Amino acid sequence: MKKNILICGVGGQGVLTIAKIIVMAAQSQGIKFKQNEVHGMSQRGGSVYVHLRLSDSEIFSPIIPKGKADIVLALEPMEALRYAPFLSREGLFVSSSAQLKNIEYDYGKTIEKIRELGGKLLDSKKLAEKAGNALTENVVLLGAISKKLGFKENTLRKALIKAFGSKEKSILSTNLKAFELGKNALL
Amino acid sequence: MKKEIVLGDEALALGAIDAGISCAFAYPGTPSTEITDFLIAKKNEFGIQAEWCANEKTAFEAALGASFAGKRALVSMKHVGLNVAADAFMNSAISGIKGGLVLAVADDPSMHSSQNEQDSRYYAEFAKIFCLEPRNAQECYEFTCKAFDLSEELGIPVMVRLVTRIAHTREEIERRERRAQNKLDEEMKWNEWVLLPGNARIQFKKLLEKQSLLEKKSTQFIEMKKGTGKGVICAGNAINYFMEVDSGKTPFLKISAYPLPMEKIKEFVKELNEIIILEDGYPFIEERLKGMLEASGKKVKGKLSGLIPLSGELTPESTKKALGLAVKIPFSVETEFIVGRPPQPCNGCPHVDLFNALNEAVQEQKNAMVFGDIGCYTLGALKPLNAINSCIDMGSSVNLARGASIAGTKTAIGVIGDSTFVHSGMPALAEAAKRKSNMTLIILDNSTVAMTGGQETIAKGKELMHICEGLGVEKEHIKVINPLPSKHAENVEVIKKEISFNGLSVIISKRACIQILKRLAKKK
Ligand SMILES: Cc1ncc(C[n+]2csc(CCOP(=O)(O)OP(=O)(O)O)c2C)c(N)n1
Repeated sequence: MKKNILICGVGGQGVLTIAKIIVMAAQSQGIKFKQNEVHGMSQRGGSVYVHLRLSDSEIFSPIIPKGKADIVLALEPMEALRYAPFLSREGLFVSSSAQLKNIEYDYGKTIEKIRELGGKLLDSKKLAEKAGNALTENVVLLGAISKKLGFKENTLRKALIKAFGSKEKSILSTNLKAFELGKNALL
Repeated sequence: MKKEIVLGDEALALGAIDAGISCAFAYPGTPSTEITDFLIAKKNEFGIQAEWCANEKTAFEAALGASFAGKRALVSMKHVGLNVAADAFMNSAISGIKGGLVLAVADDPSMHSSQNEQDSRYYAEFAKIFCLEPRNAQECYEFTCKAFDLSEELGIPVMVRLVTRIAHTREEIERRERRAQNKLDEEMKWNEWVLLPGNARIQFKKLLEKQSLLEKKSTQFIEMKKGTGKGVICAGNAINYFMEVDSGKTPFLKISAYPLPMEKIKEFVKELNEIIILEDGYPFIEERLKGMLEASGKKVKGKLSGLIPLSGELTPESTKKALGLAVKIPFSVETEFIVGRPPQPCNGCPHVDLFNALNEAVQEQKNAMVFGDIGCYTLGALKPLNAINSCIDMGSSVNLARGASIAGTKTAIGVIGDSTFVHSGMPALAEAAKRKSNMTLIILDNSTVAMTGGQETIAKGKELMHICEGLGVEKEHIKVINPLPSKHAENVEVIKKEISFNGLSVIISKRACIQILKRLAKKK
């Protein structure tokens, strides 16, 4: 097993949480990982990412080489385009369609370009609201790529329960709902 | 053996704990901050002392003092922090140490969060000490354990050099048994620690005599596969990229310690006619080998030769190109589609309200020179605020304003954060008070070190007022304002009045960082 997953978004959107849950799932199956994160200035509303690499054998580079990501998952359209060069030819490219308006850009042109690159746009914000909390958008998107992560059935669900289990019951159930909505939204 | 999932920084911290440190000192700075964040969070669990200091120099000196008392001590900082600590650092190599002293320093190639990308290996060489360069979290852990043993064996401080990609990569590591802490040892070593010329000359000779032993030690941190034709010398994080992209056939020499293991290098290059040098940072190794290798008729390629860019971090792509491999990017995006997303002040940030007031106050003064400093408030230099015009080194705003005022400008203003002020703004303010300089200093008291994640500051609120008074600023020209939108008009008036005063004023703009308030609210 070898999977390179690049998750990107804006500081504060929950990029690290997605990575954390995937790592928990990988660990439960005895898969090795390396996770490069952004700390520092960019966490203040700037562009952030996680390079997450899973493998059965030793992983060397802390970052994914360009053109080698099996999945690029974006929580924001402009960030999707920024990190598109990491995508491999057969890679899965998924982005939230919701713009985070702390900078200005041509939304229409951005969306069109994502489509042109074969990207799948998901109204994950709306789905998160449907699940009961707009802040679960990251988990909706995790659900959307879940089938491509190569884990056994239910591994991710169990990781989610582990990650949110200690919090209020409603938080866990909202996140599980968000995950299911995302899972069924694509493909 | 215990397994843990940690960042490279945290692995280094665990290495220090298991090597038996008694104390850890640091000043925050990306990408080194998580070392001491971690140690402070765990200090009771592990029975150690760990604290944030006023600056890197005081942190280094505290660690040296602990070492002189026989204990093992860790001191951590970012690369530019070592400029601040350089005096203590350089001289500690001459005096030598007692308990193991390890300096963890994190470089930031590509300047992800820094003003420059200086390479700390030059400092290790300059001071003539030993330096280790781990390439993953497990090595961060193990090398730090070894660094403490080596420090005591060699009698000098040992540096562990990280780069951002190593510091901020999370992985699983295995830990070994914890070593017991050293006993307190109060014996003073007059001959070694009193660096009067008579002693210092002898100490320096001892350091010079150790150099061949240091080089022998670095041969223990290599891996070599000899061959003919073209070969690669790689170090630290560059080893990762080489291993990632190479087919497995290229001869290599992996280096993880300095001074360079010259005997091994000579052995490795014997049958080669071309050597590619891969390193993350400045062309440190290449500079040291180029002359020798070219003199023996070999080609040397790397950053100096133009094969790899001189600036910015090494990447899998630049490594591939250097090895003559194709880089295939199926989905490239033209730059016209990409809009940058720089970091921005948080909603409700007190700095923004202060800058709005400051901008209005200086509006009529076309030639006002407003100097900034380093911290979250540096974002005030960006659009739409455009409130400050400099960010050079920590503490610099005070004397940039003072110097400009001495040069003749009528309205000189410095803007500095609370932590930066204590870090290195205080001596400068003492000068300004003594000389009655015509300038205004605005201290942004958000009561935390916000930029690096909200560490504890040394002085806030009343303490800052007392410091300014103590340094000699006239009481009636120390003003405290609350930067809130509702107080905008009165704040503009205060600033206007103080900048038009022909002498030294300090305005303390006091309101807590919004992130800290949020964190406190969550805790409740
Ligand atoms: C010599 C040096 N040490 C550390 C840093 C990293 N650093 C940059 S800003 C900053 C803290 C600033 O704190 P403060 O002045 O209180 O401003 P705030 O971020 O809270 O607004 C630190 C630690 C640096 N750039 N240079």
